[in-house]
Amino acid sequence: MCGIVGLYLKNVKLQAQLGCMFKPMLIEMSSRGPDSAGVAIYRNPVKAGQTKFSLAHDDSGFLWETLETNLAASLNCEVATLKVANHCILVTDAAETEVISWLQTNHPEVRIVGSGKSIEIFKEVGPPEKVYEQFELEHASGTHMIGHTRMATESAVTTAGSHPFATGADLCLVHNGSLSNHNILRNNLEREGIKFQTENDTEVAGAYMTWKIRSGATLRQALEDGIKEIDGFYTFCIGTQDGFAVVRDPIACKHAVMAETDDWVAMATEFRAIAHLPGSEQARIWEPEPSTIYVWGEQ
Amino acid sequence: MDMLDLKELGVRGVNSVLHDLSKSRAKSYKINNPMGQHSIACGLDAPMQIKIEGHVGFYCGGMNQHAEIKVNGHAGVGLAENMMSGRIHVSGNASESAGATAHGGLLVIDGDASSRCGISMKGVDIVVGGSVGHMSAFMAQSGCLVICGDAGDALGDSIYEAIIFVRGKVASLGTDCIEKEMRPEHQAKLKELLEASSLQADSTEFRRYGSARTLYNFDVDNADAY
Amino acid sequence: MKQNIPRTQPRKSATFDDYTLSEIRRAAVSGIYDIRGGGSKRVLPGLDDLLFLGASMSRYPLEGYREACGTDVVLGTRFAKNPIQLKIPITIAGMSFGSLSAQAKEALGRGATIAGTSTTTGDGGMTPEERGQSETLIYQYLPSRYGMNPDDLRKADAIEVVVGQGAKPGGGGMLLGQKISDRVAEMRNLPKGIDQRSACRHPDWTGPDDLEIKINELREITDWEKPIYIKIGGARPYYDTALSVKAGADVIVIDGMQGGTAATQEVFIEHVGQPTLACIRPAVKALQDMGMHRKVQLIVSGGIRNGADVAKALALGADAVSIGTAAMVALGDNDPELEKEYQKLGTTAGAYDDWHEGQDPAGISTQDPELSKRLDPVMAGRRLANYLKVMALEAQTVTRACGKSHVLNLEPEDLVALTVESAAMAQVPLAGTDWIPGKNHG
Repeated sequence: MCGIVGLYLKNVKLQAQLGCMFKPMLIEMSSRGPDSAGVAIYRNPVKAGQTKFSLAHDDSGFLWETLETNLAASLNCEVATLKVANHCILVTDAAETEVISWLQTNHPEVRIVGSGKSIEIFKEVGPPEKVYEQFELEHASGTHMIGHTRMATESAVTTAGSHPFATGADLCLVHNGSLSNHNILRNNLEREGIKFQTENDTEVAGAYMTWKIRSGATLRQALEDGIKEIDGFYTFCIGTQDGFAVVRDPIACKHAVMAETDDWVAMATEFRAIAHLPGSEQARIWEPEPSTIYVWGEQ
Repeated sequence: MDMLDLKELGVRGVNSVLHDLSKSRAKSYKINNPMGQHSIACGLDAPMQIKIEGHVGFYCGGMNQHAEIKVNGHAGVGLAENMMSGRIHVSGNASESAGATAHGGLLVIDGDASSRCGISMKGVDIVVGGSVGHMSAFMAQSGCLVICGDAGDALGDSIYEAIIFVRGKVASLGTDCIEKEMRPEHQAKLKELLEASSLQADSTEFRRYGSARTLYNFDVDNADAY
Repeated sequence: MKQNIPRTQPRKSATFDDYTLSEIRRAAVSGIYDIRGGGSKRVLPGLDDLLFLGASMSRYPLEGYREACGTDVVLGTRFAKNPIQLKIPITIAGMSFGSLSAQAKEALGRGATIAGTSTTTGDGGMTPEERGQSETLIYQYLPSRYGMNPDDLRKADAIEVVVGQGAKPGGGGMLLGQKISDRVAEMRNLPKGIDQRSACRHPDWTGPDDLEIKINELREITDWEKPIYIKIGGARPYYDTALSVKAGADVIVIDGMQGGTAATQEVFIEHVGQPTLACIRPAVKALQDMGMHRKVQLIVSGGIRNGADVAKALALGADAVSIGTAAMVALGDNDPELEKEYQKLGTTAGAYDDWHEGQDPAGISTQDPELSKRLDPVMAGRRLANYLKVMALEAQTVTRACGKSHVLNLEPEDLVALTVESAAMAQVPLAGTDWIPGKNHG
């Protein structure tokens, strides 16, 4: 049970203000998601041949520079790291699978939170306002952002259990609602080789999307299959490299609202999050229909 | 007309003023900067006139009694829920469960209402200028729901004695809800409601829907409906 | 040579027992699930499996009467301006006018008021009789919203948002045509004599994140004066309690599967929900983990029968208990004096549970005017008050024996368990050992 928000900037001139515009949207959702918060911000796309990783460690004193040096030496590649609180953005030209393998072998305690060309995922336990501050997002610039404030339902309040969940290169998922067949789905996905870190239902939805896309489905196809195979109550917001997608279950009890102006497209669990955006009073406002996939920014 | 700035006073501040009936009864208020906040002007209990400039969040006008509320904007979930009497009018759209379990009064939505409009209604009259979403009039017990546009899936599922008038298309009917003959008394009621709502619509273009009453007492042959 | 082969002893099946066989036959004729009232009738791990240790060399008892043993409790201290003050930690659970006669509701109000405790409305709204007789009245806010209105909301002393109940976590209310009298029909806004079909979810919110907004609306409507309770059936007590705290509850009510209902499907009662004993410790742990134990109060219900049950629930961490079935019995439900009439109904005293048919010879779970008249609300109220008094005295007796001057000072360490299951559920040691299954190796 949670709050979700998404903001996609159509007006390129506003990109420098992305973090500033997004902040009150996320904070407004604190009362329905007091336990933890997370965002995925799309910015600073890396060069061709490079991959960007979002990593996290429970110990905020962890020495990322040492990891950087060792990784560069082991895989004979270029590595650059930027520490942000207890997270780290790592850019490298090594193959993604090799990096993941190396990390799992040499630093199993490092959490791989996301990866892709432009995505950066930050998530942590604590009130949303503190989390936003911790990751210095107020002055961030970028093209789009999705965020989540969490009220844990059937699993523990942990960082690993926070959303967004990465589901593939530049893909991530946030969820408001409560799934009801995630345990069966988890078992099936584990047999397909997917590893889980939590008991969280959303992690299963994210993994389902990952597996579908890895098996060759497009985002739309994966979501269409998801509507059929994932049971329970949900509004999903999926961050993609070019924008975001929104889908609601057939019963559609978990509220969601969308708004659009010439400058931006936004979605939120409650309108009061969107009310903070400039031009929101005159925006076109509507609700996504159940079992319908909405995608913005698709190339 | 007294001005109340919600940005300054907060929801509690605004509602406290409106609930102080020794001062607020029969007055007119304008509420600015609703900012999509929840429970604005809920629990009003005397004739008074409220105008809200902007979009409101959930439960605006909840359990309204006697007051007249006009929202110049959109409304969130549960608009006018459990209203007992009075009138609530939204110039924009309304979210899910508009008029939920309301017992009386008149709710007018100029735009569209979302799913579950009039769910479990218990005597309220609701007039929607646009369309309504799925599961509207679910378990509707009494009152009238007038839909000038279209209705989504499962209209009037498990309906009791409420009456639904639809001008546009009905995506599908819910369990035990059927189209019924439009008789003079229904025409008259519909006309009265359209006039009260000030929505320009020709009452002769509507069809009537209501309960088939086959689920009123359990019959094993209807078991599939459950 | 022909031999007389002796027959084996006729043996009935434990799987296909008499009850099961009769149910299959009933289903084959009627084509509908069996509906009844009451709570789970099965043998379940319960509070009887726990025992108090009492006084000995290291713990010293209090003298009866002279050395005071307090039973008062305050509910709803978290947010409300006017918390609920009770003389005893035993409240009367929600039961509707409609499922019960007006006389029964009046009797409950009278008895509870004499005893210094609260009653609760049910799935049908507030009657003037109950508000008139009940000094402290909790007003239920259910998915159906039958009879819900702001005037009654303001007249209530507290509001109980019903997410579910122990007899049917996930089921809505049910009242069959026989009991939808003129008065019930008018209160519920239904045609007379029909079978009331019920919603199982609230119409305008789903989930604790949206409940938080709904609770704020209820507080706004009542100017933040009244405590808000959340009632949940025994399903996932740890998470349900944590989420109720996050949604803003002042008081949480957890109702186990022994908790009664006026009417629902038998399959719900016996096969959905957990025993009350299994719910208490997880709920208390959730409160403790959030630093909210004794700040958000916990009421436990579902098969509470006597002062021992009260004391044990409190020892495990509850702030109060609630009774429903037991209150009905105190009023006169299932009394052997009416055996002839029970036989006419095809049942026997102690087993009568077809309350949905509205033919209760005791005049309690009926709308029939002739039958209802049989219950004298003043006499029945007196009986309830006596019973509540006995429960309180029993709880005090046990508490004094454990060396405590207030029932809320009882602790899990005052208890041991007779069985492995009850030891595991209550998280107290198996008698004679140090072993708490699931917690330590003894």
